[in-house]
Amino acid sequence: MAEITLSHLKHSYLPDPKGPEDYALKEIDVTWRDGGAYALLGPSGCGKSTLLNIISGLLTPSEGRVLFGSEDVTTLPPDRRNIAQVFQFPVIYDTMTVRQNLAFPLRNRGVDEGTIAKRVGEIAEMLDVTDMLDVRAAGLSPDNKQKISMGRGLVRDDVNAVMFDEPLTVIDPHLKWVLRSKLKELHQRVKATMIYVTHDQTEALTFADEVVVMQDGEVVQIGTPVELFERPQHTFVGHFIGSPGMNVLPCEARGDRAVFEGHDVALEGAVIGNGGDVALGVRPEHVRVAEAGIPATVTKVSDVGRHFVVEAQVGASSLKAVLEEAPPEKGSAVHLAFQPEKTRVYRDGWIATEARS
Amino acid sequence: MIELFDVTKVVGHITHIKPTSLKLAPGEFNVVLGATGSGKTSLIKLMAGLDPMASGRIAMDGEDVTRLSTQKRNISLVHQFFVNYPHMSVFENIASPLRVAGMAASEVQGRVEEAADLLQLRPMLHRKPQELSGGQQQRTALARAIAKESRAVFLDEPLANLDYKLREELREQLPELFAGRGAVVVYATSEPEEALLLGGKTALMEDGRVTQFGPTSEIYRNPDNLSAARVFSDPPINVMGLTKQGDRAVLQSGTEFALSGAAKDLADGAYSVAVRPHRVLPYRASETDVELTGQVIVTELSGSDSSAHFQLGDVAWVSLASGVHAFEVGERHAFFLDPTHCRYFDPDGKRVA
Repeated sequence: MAEITLSHLKHSYLPDPKGPEDYALKEIDVTWRDGGAYALLGPSGCGKSTLLNIISGLLTPSEGRVLFGSEDVTTLPPDRRNIAQVFQFPVIYDTMTVRQNLAFPLRNRGVDEGTIAKRVGEIAEMLDVTDMLDVRAAGLSPDNKQKISMGRGLVRDDVNAVMFDEPLTVIDPHLKWVLRSKLKELHQRVKATMIYVTHDQTEALTFADEVVVMQDGEVVQIGTPVELFERPQHTFVGHFIGSPGMNVLPCEARGDRAVFEGHDVALEGAVIGNGGDVALGVRPEHVRVAEAGIPATVTKVSDVGRHFVVEAQVGASSLKAVLEEAPPEKGSAVHLAFQPEKTRVYRDGWIATEARS
Repeated sequence: MIELFDVTKVVGHITHIKPTSLKLAPGEFNVVLGATGSGKTSLIKLMAGLDPMASGRIAMDGEDVTRLSTQKRNISLVHQFFVNYPHMSVFENIASPLRVAGMAASEVQGRVEEAADLLQLRPMLHRKPQELSGGQQQRTALARAIAKESRAVFLDEPLANLDYKLREELREQLPELFAGRGAVVVYATSEPEEALLLGGKTALMEDGRVTQFGPTSEIYRNPDNLSAARVFSDPPINVMGLTKQGDRAVLQSGTEFALSGAAKDLADGAYSVAVRPHRVLPYRASETDVELTGQVIVTELSGSDSSAHFQLGDVAWVSLASGVHAFEVGERHAFFLDPTHCRYFDPDGKRVA
């Protein structure tokens, strides 16, 4: 295992890139600690696959360097990077048994049979597949095949990193949770450096210690799931993370307050900068129905089981609140209160209020 | 209104749909929810007239359509894969069923533009489908279904191949798009979360039969049986065996607690208790909460929520709380169960309290 450094990486698929718009990956500069769990999260076309291919060695970046520990691997081919990969579709040998499949990456590297038997036994136990070890892989269900694929990725303890590329896409919804938890548990036990690429925020946030959020080739925020949820640095992060996403509302900024639809709103801190497009950002979880506050009309109430999502109209703006119990009725007049320490102003998309110390 | 009377589907010796009766009304979403292979698509194909029934009848708006072909049922279908005519413009794709029906050109124009506006496709009307993103292609297929004004619209996992966030947006728009159009909307999905977000009613399917039908949030809160309770699986419902004696219950893990409500009136004996993870919290919320202590196995901190899986007797339970709560893997931690949200099932899995 090794610490992974992506030093000022940039990539363009064009031979002679000019402006930032020519870059599929604009710039990333980050260090990932040995044994950490990381996720690359963003919609299709955001550049996460480009970044994954640079790390695995399928692609040489136009600029910048990739370091595994202190070794510069920027131009090394994939087979010399010592990385294990798990893909969207299970990669296993149908004619082999589960045991042979799990042993394959070790046997390939000339590991002695005693070590192989011990390691395969450990991984099988962690994945709850001990009773399938002598079954032929061809007969397994898709989720079990993907489990074995994950096992093959995790069986070697000498790799620099294990990379997962949308590994749960083909898994039935009722089994996704099982595999997701299993992977999390495995990480907490084997302590390998893991990099997980996905467009699914739930997968990224529950798996990773730190998430890289990408949009249009740009890294918009790198942070822990709690940081991304609690203090999104960009309206894109606020919108993309969270279901429903953050309310992004028109406003004017004045000192440490904002004016939204004619109502004064307290912010987490003083507003920074001038000009540009200004918006107010507050998550539905941080909006509540209160005795006093901004007058609003409830336009929709959705019962989504665990909680209620209430949509309300304030002047020309529509916003959402997540309420745990007893929502107001559709059509009723209510007052809304925003949690000041979780309410901020964004300027041209980027956060523009001082953090509370 | 679509009414199914004891419909079945048999292929060779295999029964795909067991005798099923169902009444689906216009004006709200009817979700057919089930895992792969549970019979959702089979049931939709029977309603659409794409597959023959082995027995039973189907009526639409009171008219028996059992023997009518798909074309004569006046229905629309939208699939998981974006099905558009590649050689036609978006406009012609939306217009095609209207032209087939022999509608006047001026009326076609109006209907296509109205549907395109609803789905924000107006600027793309003259492009070809392959020049559009996946989301726009699927919106084209939806616009075609809307413009046609058929009496039933079948949506078979229409969002399955779209990005997470795009899915969220379209899912929110869909019920509004079809509201007030008078069509019966039937939406098949394998994602329980999606059924809850769409609202309306859900028909749960398992092994070729409908096991429960009603408002989706009602099925979530008051499942008829243990397997319906387990359908909402992210995170899964916590289940454990217990012994009831008088007004006390003893969980298999050993914890004893006082029963309340209807559970008190059950005959003494063995039952299962099930409770959703957000009713098992890492802190005491009420005096009547039941304390359970277990070793933490896995933790997930998603930012909005904190979840811990902990060992309770022979099984793992999950606690899900809003906000940030810290857990150490391996530590013994106290969790608090709210008994008013417990649901009780007999040994056959049938809901009893």
